[in-house]
Amino acid sequence: MTWRNKWLQLAILAIAIAVLPLFFPSGYYYRVGALIFVNALAVVGLVILIGYAGQISLGHAGFAGIGAYACALAPEHLGLHPALSPVLGAVVSGVLALLIGRPILRLKGYYLAVATLGFGILVSMVLTNERALTGGPDGMQVADLGLRAVLRDLGWRLSGGEFWYGASGIVLVLGAWIALNLFDSPTGRAMRALHGSEVAAATVGVDVARQKLRAFVISAVYASVAGSLLALQNGYITPDVAGFLHSVEMVTMAVLGGVGSVLGATLGAAILTLLPQVLTVFAEYEQLVLGAVMILVMIFLPQGLLPSIARRLRGRDE
Amino acid sequence: MDALLQFIFSGVTVGAVYALVALGFTIIYNASDVVNFAQGEFVMLGGMITVFAFEAGMPLPLAAVLAVLATAAIGVALNKLAIEPARGAPVVTLIIITIGASILIRGAAQLVFDKQLHRFPAFSGDDPIRILGATILPQSLWVIVGALVVFVGLWLFFTRTLTGKAVLATANNRVAAQLVGINTAWVMTLSFGLSAAIGALAGVLVTPITLVSYDVGVALALKGFAAAMLGGMGNPKGALAGGLLLGLLEALTAGYLSSQYKDAVAFIVILGVLFAMPQGLFGKSATERV
Repeated sequence: MTWRNKWLQLAILAIAIAVLPLFFPSGYYYRVGALIFVNALAVVGLVILIGYAGQISLGHAGFAGIGAYACALAPEHLGLHPALSPVLGAVVSGVLALLIGRPILRLKGYYLAVATLGFGILVSMVLTNERALTGGPDGMQVADLGLRAVLRDLGWRLSGGEFWYGASGIVLVLGAWIALNLFDSPTGRAMRALHGSEVAAATVGVDVARQKLRAFVISAVYASVAGSLLALQNGYITPDVAGFLHSVEMVTMAVLGGVGSVLGATLGAAILTLLPQVLTVFAEYEQLVLGAVMILVMIFLPQGLLPSIARRLRGRDE
Repeated sequence: MDALLQFIFSGVTVGAVYALVALGFTIIYNASDVVNFAQGEFVMLGGMITVFAFEAGMPLPLAAVLAVLATAAIGVALNKLAIEPARGAPVVTLIIITIGASILIRGAAQLVFDKQLHRFPAFSGDDPIRILGATILPQSLWVIVGALVVFVGLWLFFTRTLTGKAVLATANNRVAAQLVGINTAWVMTLSFGLSAAIGALAGVLVTPITLVSYDVGVALALKGFAAAMLGGMGNPKGALAGGLLLGLLEALTAGYLSSQYKDAVAFIVILGVLFAMPQGLFGKSATERV
């Protein structure tokens, strides 16, 4: 048994999503679950960028912001159906990633980090400052998807929480499936090769710039779709979704769970999403605990939670 | 013309603060290849500790010295507790550790101090000085002179003292430095302490102008980082030039274009520079060894 086993990972994910609601004591947990899945989706995108291709981004919240505001703006200004606006957001994010990715991805390490960070901050600044369009820091309403009403007409009555739990869960499994398929595909192998050594990968014929760009665009689309889902399920959106701290949160989730692993990404997203919920009782200590968790995990489990645990289990088997 | 001069004065003041933050980045980066995202929190701590020590009845100069020393101690602790244990970790890990440290310090500051805006009196009063039709606050002069003194001090330290040369040697090649008997662990400790002290000094100098609260660090860290990158990471001259340039650009943008987008300038410039010159304005190009 290996953690790389695609179907096993997908089955664990799907079963967890399907079974967990049996233990929910109240409707509130559906909301939290849906939020975890949305975050996990964005983080799966980062697994492709950071875990597969070995590139860093501190600006992916910018793409989440584009996806989110596409859902808020397109139905009102372009007359687009709410169900199509996530697609528009994904297209805009993908094209933007393609355009800025080419010059940005020539950079390495900290230089890449600061360039992506700059991009993310510019997006959040535009969203904050263009009050006439986006409502500024106060945010704006997002039109309802309308899908729940369709289901109701078909005789399937779901609460908002239940609907979004299911919908985000399905999108997450789909996203995980694509990411896992990519892992062993020629593209995925090329990405992992350049992660190991760019020079070595180029020597055996990998188009390094092209594969980096691919990983960047794919992860941007993931972040955008996650942003769209967040906007739709909350019915409300503020520029915070594109903020620097959200970018950091996403990278932390990815690295916390285990940056090469799709299941780990979900675990990391779950932990960091639950942490503030658990800590609301100690709201004052939230930042303190979050900072301490980030440092401790990186020092003691540098591979991330899931790979470290998996290694320990395997070590015991042998 | 008066307006231009006025913008230049405010730009140089802000730029001097960015330059101090960028110098702090540079020192730590040189000694350890770590970009310390908690650098902005050192500025915050410098301001906050001075405010609270001053309000507790301590004379202002003593409070300022206490703030710088306490922050230096926190910088050393950060190195010992969070950076040294993760020695040799990949860039992503180190970024998350230092961002985690900045969130931790912010959370602690919010508990130990409070969430209010604070200031203490300017060192030489609040009466603006008139120069050629524009005005400048005496405290701005303190900030600018402070940045220059720190820069010259660092230059002397790195070129004229044995310890300073040991730091440079460690930055150049850690293993070789160890081989000739330099205690590289001590160099790391020194760098974090020095860098934190410089950050705290910036906080002490600028608080009478810009005020301080527990969350001022993030923006300063990002701007300082951008300034350091602009000048070329790891180059003190670049840090000074990058900081001043960034401050001037911001002030001129706020004055002539849009005050809403003044914060955007830093990042537009940094993207432009990185696209054209991936090593920064003063950086040397490096080749990857295989």
